[in-house]
Amino acid sequence: MKSQIGVYICHCGLNIANTVDVEQVREFARILPNVAIARNYTYMCSDPGQALITNDIRDLGLTHVVVASCSPRMHEPTFRATIHKAGLNPYVLEMANIREQCSWVHSDRTLATLKAMDLIASAVAKVALLVPLQEREVKVTQSALVIGGGIAGMTATLDIANAGFQVCLVEKQTHLGGRVAQLDTTFPTQERVADLLAPVLRAITTHPNIRVITNADVEKVDGFIGNFRATIRARPTFVDAMKCDACGKCVDACPVNVPDAFDANLTTRRAIYRAPDARFVIDARACSFVQDRVCRSDPRCAAVCDRNAIDFSQTENLVEINIGAIIVATGAATFDATKKPELGFGTYSNVITSLQFERLAARQELQSVKDVVFVSCVGSRDATTGNTYCSRVCCMVNAKQARRIQEKFPDARVTVFYADVRAFGKGHEEFYDAVRKTGVRYRRGYVSEIFAAGGQTPKRDQKLIVRAEDTLIQKPIEVSADLVVLGIGMTPRAETNEIANVLGLPRSGDGFLLEIHPKLRPVETAVDGVFLAGACQGPKDIVDTIAQARAAASSAFASLCRGQVKIESATARVDEEVCAGCGLCVATCPYGAPALIARTGTARVNQVLCKGCGACEAACPSKAIQVMQCTPRQVLAQIAVLA
Amino acid sequence: MFDTESLVQQYELTACIQCGKCTGGCPIALKSALNPRALVYQMLRGEEFELVSRGELWDCTTCATCGLRCPKGVKAVDLIIALRAQWIESGKIPTTLRAPLTATLNQGNPLVLPREDRSLWADGLNVKNVADGAGIAMFTCCENAYDPRVQAMPRALVNLLRAANQDFGTLGLDEQCCGSEVRRIGEAGLFEYLRDDNLEKFRAARVSKMVTTSPHCFNVFKNEYGKHAIPVEHYTQTLAHLIADGALKFSKKFQATITYQDPCFLGKQNGIYDEPRAILKAIPGAKFVEMDRSRERSVCCEGGGGRMWLEGTNSQVRLANDRIAHALDTGANILATACPFCFLTLSDAVIATGNEEKIKVMDILQIANAAI
Ligand SMILES: Cc1cc2nc3c(=O)[nH]c(=O)nc-3n(C[C@H](O)[C@H](O)[C@H](O)COP(=O)(O)OP(=O)(O)OC[C@H]3O[C@@H](n4cnc5c(N)ncnc54)[C@H](O)[C@@H]3O)c2cc1C
Repeated sequence: MKSQIGVYICHCGLNIANTVDVEQVREFARILPNVAIARNYTYMCSDPGQALITNDIRDLGLTHVVVASCSPRMHEPTFRATIHKAGLNPYVLEMANIREQCSWVHSDRTLATLKAMDLIASAVAKVALLVPLQEREVKVTQSALVIGGGIAGMTATLDIANAGFQVCLVEKQTHLGGRVAQLDTTFPTQERVADLLAPVLRAITTHPNIRVITNADVEKVDGFIGNFRATIRARPTFVDAMKCDACGKCVDACPVNVPDAFDANLTTRRAIYRAPDARFVIDARACSFVQDRVCRSDPRCAAVCDRNAIDFSQTENLVEINIGAIIVATGAATFDATKKPELGFGTYSNVITSLQFERLAARQELQSVKDVVFVSCVGSRDATTGNTYCSRVCCMVNAKQARRIQEKFPDARVTVFYADVRAFGKGHEEFYDAVRKTGVRYRRGYVSEIFAAGGQTPKRDQKLIVRAEDTLIQKPIEVSADLVVLGIGMTPRAETNEIANVLGLPRSGDGFLLEIHPKLRPVETAVDGVFLAGACQGPKDIVDTIAQARAAASSAFASLCRGQVKIESATARVDEEVCAGCGLCVATCPYGAPALIARTGTARVNQVLCKGCGACEAACPSKAIQVMQCTPRQVLAQIAVLA
Repeated sequence: MFDTESLVQQYELTACIQCGKCTGGCPIALKSALNPRALVYQMLRGEEFELVSRGELWDCTTCATCGLRCPKGVKAVDLIIALRAQWIESGKIPTTLRAPLTATLNQGNPLVLPREDRSLWADGLNVKNVADGAGIAMFTCCENAYDPRVQAMPRALVNLLRAANQDFGTLGLDEQCCGSEVRRIGEAGLFEYLRDDNLEKFRAARVSKMVTTSPHCFNVFKNEYGKHAIPVEHYTQTLAHLIADGALKFSKKFQATITYQDPCFLGKQNGIYDEPRAILKAIPGAKFVEMDRSRERSVCCEGGGGRMWLEGTNSQVRLANDRIAHALDTGANILATACPFCFLTLSDAVIATGNEEKIKVMDILQIANAAI
């Protein structure tokens, strides 16, 4: 049967029509081979625009359609649906991109018009060769995996569980809560964080649909949207929670002291310790018995435990689960302030980070001080550290902590050095106003250097001199301080690569995990069925974290709910007659779709994993592997008309 | 007059967010009208000014702290050098600079001494010429070569390299100024001439590796000689390696409490903090003490950026004097450094502050030499 092609040229308002003579293009397209009709219209994607296409398909019996408009990323799904509605297979459509690749990038009307003609001629040559493809769906395992038990992961977990699905929440540490568990209060409401977290933790631990695995890592993920299989490695804590009555004798007996990371290294703890969730656990890396099977202390923890709760025979546990969707909520690290040596962190005990300030406040150990200086943008907006982004929370953290000090010690002189105060969230500017009213002074200028006030052989906690330029009086100044608080930014976690590799997720230039589109698709990733929530995608406060977590949860259960998900049909296929089984496609594919079949000695493509990117087709020496709608025959036809 | 817009473009000043990190950390800004941030802002506003009314432009020591700390990668020091260049182009060269610049062109040194006398410092040492085949070319700073107060340093380096059985030589009378300070004064043309001429001389003498006595020569060879630059070390790196490898051993005690001034061109600008300390800590009998303001927070001695030949404004306040007080504060009786400029400014300051009895400035080369 001879093909009957319809060509539809969009003006995109003036976006295309201003630069391309659409009328002339239509004249040109009308007489191309096999073209039955060519039309132009202001907005082809509008309802009347789509009606032009559906009517023509019915009235003229079109077999193939070319739409010349914007990028297929924008409207290919729209027009596939349009022609499908009129009874055509959705895959007999070809888009000619005369906007992004033509009108937007050229200014000469004559040349742009000629280029639009070429693009359309090329699309027409290809479209006639397109074959109908089957739309395919796969069944979904109706449960989810959430990686990371911070506020993002816990929120997403609860949402999915409340929607009626099973959720497995995996947390690296022995306790849930993430960064937020370390905080004292939160801006701008100054609520106690413990009060915020408690109901969430309770809901998580009592929910029948939720399984929590702490002290664990997700080691491996196979499969594809709807049908993932994850391997989780859970480490032992060596304390039997059912037996332990939290008497604490073991802690006194333990001879090992290590910095307590939960307290931002302000304090030390033993190898066996009371974790932030009040359970007793052994830190395997610190425990000399776990490491070397010897303990320096005679009454080791196990010996003093009356209830035999300590069990060194516990081993690692591999858990395998099947899930339909995955949410990554692995959070962020904080900036290492020793990377700004001019600020004296690590040299003076009274130069502390904002995280240490939170711990001191939470432990009720803030001591009376006279002169306090807050330093903004430590490790953010700073090319010298490689972190060029704004960390988005530090301005408000500074404000919150400055207020805390000012209110607790009304005689204190509290100064915040800043370059720009970013108070963009709801209620943030008002909070900033209120903070200044308490007496906190803002001086404009980054702190450049901190050194000891009392000479060159300083004690660790002596008075400090803070040097900066007050840019509003245009003079370098020296301010004395008893306490300096560094507003440290958020950075990608050191292990981001590991989780990115396990899931095949790309990272953005700043090192955080990358969403598909910063505006339109902020929680989706390049891997279908894997979603992002919280600070792992970029610095954000609790409000934004929770909003994104709930968005990720909705996206996840949107696919779980349907029970089925559509998958790409324009995938790679192998002609087994031609395939020599060299395996180049297997090595080339970024998605692990092709595999060599032992029985036949040829490659076969998992149609669900394949994204139709075409890398295998380019690599295949014998053209045995071809991506539907991008076969050599189709592409060569497209090129031939341009010659 | 000068074109602010072309300076904005050339030095990418639009990146500046006017945070003041540069001026806040500038060692000079507290004592002078020099304000790097404000200068950048004037360029951005397109505000032209009479250069000669801005004497503070000559106060900059080119320690480079401004640019090193800038969160946006703006190098205010380069802007200052560019403004100096405009000034010099207008012909109104500050009088004290005229003779050093002319001598650098004609005699290859800014000390206004004859080219033929370049090797007098090495009298009696029989150091061979690199051109006769030597592994390392030892490059002597003009200051070390001609100024009797610092000629002991290259002599000590010869001794130390020999003690460690190193094969080295000098460029003899082919050695001339590296151009570091010339470039910072703003004499771009003269700098380019010296660079090209030196590279030609290095090539002719088949120099494959260099070791310098001054951090300034080291820095310019390493970072400003372009793609034909020859691998170079500052002597503190060379000696620290030789000590670590066991090739250089100390046998004599040097009883003293030593603190150390980080030269800006070695520490801040090139990150070489540990090697000088490693040498000092290896000296038998010596006790090493650190000043609070050290390493990345060290204080400039005011000897760089042409300041050896220019007093600058407000010469009553001298950072070198502060530095002596800092050193005394640690209980040290030796203030060590690894740069001829630091040595000279700090030695002057010891006298100016009347502390000759309490503390002595020494180059690490002298200390190490006394311990072999
Ligand atoms: C000093 C400071 C003060 C702050 N104050 C406020 C404030 O007052 N108000 C406010 O709104 N925001 C504040 N924030 C920001 C707030 O901490 C974040 O918005 C929030 O922590 C983000 O939550 P999250 O769950 O995305 O990440 P996180 O809190 O970082 O949690 C991530 C969790 O994932 C776990 N994890 C990481 N990797 C893995 C893995 N591979 N497998 C399993 N688990 C993993 C981690 O152990 C952690 O428990 C502050 C931040 C800091 C640094």
